[in-house]
This record gives sequence, structure tokens and C-alpha cells, in this order.
Amino acid sequence: MSHDHDHDHDQNQNQNHNHSHEHEPPSPQAIRAEAIESLLLEKGLLAPTAVDEVIARYSERVGPMNGAKIVARAWRDPEFKARLLKAGTEAIAEFNLEGGQVEKLVVVENTPEQHNVVVCTLCSCYPWAVLGLPPKWYKDPAYRSRIVREPRTLLEEMGTVIPDSVDIRVWDSSAEIRYLVLPLPPADVAENIGDYTESELADRISRDSMIGVEVL
Amino acid sequence: MDGIHDLGGKHGFGAVAVEADEPVFHAPWEAKVFAIMLASGAAGAFLNADQFRHLIERIDPVCYLNDGYYGRWLGGLETGLVEAGVLTSDEISQRYESLGGSSAARVAARPKTEPEPMGHLAEAPGSQRRISSPQYTVDDLVMTAADSKPGHTRLPAYARGKVGRVVACHGGWVYPDTNAHGEGEQPQHLYTVEFTGETLWGQASESMSLCLDLFEPYLLKPNLSISELSISGLSKSKLAE
Repeated sequence: MSHDHDHDHDQNQNQNHNHSHEHEPPSPQAIRAEAIESLLLEKGLLAPTAVDEVIARYSERVGPMNGAKIVARAWRDPEFKARLLKAGTEAIAEFNLEGGQVEKLVVVENTPEQHNVVVCTLCSCYPWAVLGLPPKWYKDPAYRSRIVREPRTLLEEMGTVIPDSVDIRVWDSSAEIRYLVLPLPPADVAENIGDYTESELADRISRDSMIGVEVL
Repeated sequence: MDGIHDLGGKHGFGAVAVEADEPVFHAPWEAKVFAIMLASGAAGAFLNADQFRHLIERIDPVCYLNDGYYGRWLGGLETGLVEAGVLTSDEISQRYESLGGSSAARVAARPKTEPEPMGHLAEAPGSQRRISSPQYTVDDLVMTAADSKPGHTRLPAYARGKVGRVVACHGGWVYPDTNAHGEGEQPQHLYTVEFTGETLWGQASESMSLCLDLFEPYLLKPNLSISELSISGLSKSKLAE
């Protein structure tokens, strides 16, 4: 793919370039990652299956669908909700989630009086086991710099208007505690929540509502 | 350290770019970096998450902003692998160029020639540790440290020298400031501290509050008069006593 580059040492023009969906040459980061990967593989320090296993885990089994199941149960089951708000990690144990980053999960509840939104300004801490790996915008400088300083303005820019009568509380994840927002159910659902199954409710729950940048 | 990573409150980054139907990984190399990082313990390169976070904080600051999340991980990973003696900078660069990489491209990694000694610790389960005698309790007012410090720390610059109210006590946790530097876990009490928008950003602040999880060594007992407490907007519970 990098045929228009100079190659002084071509012995490693390997088969990895056969994916051939890209029209651009690989980025310096892509090549550097490949260099490190190939060296670790040669030294036997990286299992040949490690990359595929990680992709399978975080693409298929770990993701926001897990958080949605938890929120759906909390909406339907007041006893579970009470346990979830009191001790998140213990309450979600029954879901047997993999993915990590929830040694202490704190669930913060949106109410008609208070809206919660989560960030990590110093890196990109995120509750992987319940939300999967974070979206790019969560890790980018714009969100990290602005949500702690002008949450109302930024949420509105992102399409979520929080009325002035509602307090906004921002949670900057600066230690190992991870935060999950318990959103309010959509108005049409809230009226007769018992008529829905957990699975039907989970379908209505977005990742962004559990970060706090969306209301349902 | 006052690094580029400490982004809270910085101006000028513009709109948040939300990508529709975003994939978990945007390119195969991102998954490689993620997988190598998870496997790096087995390669003998990393001790803990605090050390890895500090490796990322130390990468080239221009790369920090330009290379994206997995580019930052790549820079931290390379620095860590080199400093742990698993790979050398020369062999990585030679392999990179043999794969077609440009020697003119900016490299995120910044390994030290004489890295800090990293004693190998047994991997402990999690980061919570049982310790006694917390200095603060819920509703206490606390003042954060005003000074910058070298190395890894988890008190963001925007919250230095500010008065807040303790809203939760989380017991003892491994202290990142020492754990990132091979100086042991030195567990400290961790508290969630809430600040008003006005305290953090001045009188023109939006109506908001903000919570941070802060380790006890970051906190002091504030010595404030009643009138200052009123201004801080945090006095209600204290004045009621």
C-alpha cells in the first residue's frame, strides 16, 4: 500500500498490507504499532491470538448493552435500584460482566431536579464493564476541557437542553471510582413502566444517556 | 506535573465532534495497541495503571493532541517497553523504517535514558486497601493543595487551591502519586469532594457543581471566616451546626 514511499529495507513488505481497503498509506502510528507488535511476537512476549481476543471481547461482549440492562432493571425494580445506588459494584455482580474498570462503580441518579454528567479530564477513565470502550469524543480534548467548565452550554451544543430549573452536577473521574448515570425513563415509558419487559426498556436506553450527555 | 493531559477548563478546543455509528476501533492498529497494553504485564513491562497513565502524560505534547487516544497509548506503551528493557528505541525505529515508516515523523514516545527504578510488585487485587483514621467526614469543608507537583498526581490544575465539601468517603485506596513512580502503594483515604461552579470558575460561572475524587494528601482543613464560606456557597450545612 505504501508503494509511493522509499524503501531502503524491503524485507518486511509483508502480507499485512493485504487488507487493501485503504487508499491512503498507513499512518506513522499504524506502522509504529506494527513494528512493536512484530518485535513482541518474535520475542514470544505477545500471544499470536491476543489481538483477536481483545477485539472479540470489546466488540461483541463488552459494551453499553450491559449498562442498558442494568438501567432497565433499576427502572422496573425499586429494590434493585436501591441496592444499585447504594453499592453499584455489588449490585451488578449478578450480571457477571467482564471488561474491568468497575472495582467501585458509583451510580448517580438523574431526577427532575438534578442532571448528572461524567468525564475524565486527566485521561479517559470510563466504566468499561458496563459501557464498553469510550467513544472518541469522550477522549478528545474538546469534551474533556469544556464539560467541567460550561456543561450547560456544551450539552446544548450536543443536543441536550437542561432547563435552568435543573441542577447540573459534573463528575470528573479522578481516581479509580467509575460513574454510571441512571437516566430518567422517557416520558411515555415512565407512565406505565410495568408494561414493558427489561429487554424492551433496554432498547430505549442509549450509551450517551448513561454518560449524561443525553436525556431520553 | 503540569502536562498537556490536564485539560479541564482549557479554552480553544472548539466543538465536540460526535461520530455517527462509531466503530470500537477505527483501524486494526488501534486494537493492536490496546491488546499489547493489556498483555504487557505478561511481557514484564508494566506494574500498574498509575504508571501507565504517567507514561502517557510524559509523551510528546504535540503528539498528545494530534495522535488521538490510541496514539497516546502507543507513545506510553513504547516508552514503557523501552524503560523496562523489553525493547530498545533503536530496534523499534529500525523495524518501523523497514516497514515503510518515515524517519521524519514525530515520535510520541519519550523514554528516559536512565529510567526510574521499578521494583516488581506482586499484582494486588484491585486498588482498595483497608486503612484507619480518615481525617475528614461527609459535610466537612476542605481546601485543595495550591501547588503544582512534579510527577504523577490526580488533582487537576483547575481544582487547586479551592474549597469544597466532602460528599462521600471511600476508605483507603492505592495512592497514584507514589504508585506511578515505584514508590509503593502508600494507601490514602479517598473522598468525593463537591465544588460550586463559582468556586472553580468565578462569578460568571454557569449554574453547576462538580465532584472530584481526591486523596487525603491533596486536602487541607480550610481556615475561613463565615463570610468567606457564604461566598463559597458551601456553608449551609456548616452554618447550621
